[in-house]
Amino acid sequence: MSHFAFSREAFAPEDFRALVADPVAGGYASFEGWVRNHNAGRGVVRLEYEGYAALGIKEGNRVVAEAFARFPIARAHCVHRLGVLDIGDLAVWVGVTAAHRDAAFAACRYIIDEVKSRVPIWKKEHYAEGDSGWINCEVRPADAPAGSAPP
Amino acid sequence: MVAVQIEYFAVLREHVGRAREDLTTAATTVGQLYAELDQRYAFPEVGRVKVAVNDEFRDWTAPLKDGDFVVFIPPVAGG
Repeated sequence: MSHFAFSREAFAPEDFRALVADPVAGGYASFEGWVRNHNAGRGVVRLEYEGYAALGIKEGNRVVAEAFARFPIARAHCVHRLGVLDIGDLAVWVGVTAAHRDAAFAACRYIIDEVKSRVPIWKKEHYAEGDSGWINCEVRPADAPAGSAPP
Repeated sequence: MVAVQIEYFAVLREHVGRAREDLTTAATTVGQLYAELDQRYAFPEVGRVKVAVNDEFRDWTAPLKDGDFVVFIPPVAGG
């Protein structure tokens, strides 16, 4: 079964919490990523998330599989929003259960960190001044490390 | 020559002005295909770009085959 999903509609953690319930679990750790009203010193009014779903679901599942291999956890699941989000909206949820809390916390942290850095999801911020930008894609010439471009 | 389909996302989709295109190309690797498209579109400098073929990450030296579905992946920003 898949342990990673995209949602084009708003959702609540409670919609998915039952997926990680397990009789062996003594602890549940979760992470919620919310849309904040500022980034890098600028006022943010809304976000857009775009995802490459076919590869994103595969890579998200690989991340969760790695968490199962690294930590003694019972269940884990991650859901990421796509589309237009307002300030305060839930952007991503990770839920992990384990017999003991250390593994649940560690696996939850692992999953959100790896999802952010590996899963093909892009975030466009819309600013209070009316302009917008794709996060991590706005490179000034001085920022580009030598040899980073494709051949 | 091989016939391939390309899908663009995010900053590249906006730059190119469409999400998908079909292309017949003499490129033999995905890196050569990127270089050909960069010549045409002058892609913006976005940092390290990755590539997927048929919904799996691949190296830039991966061979290009007839019918391949290619996606260039600019830096991601989930969460």
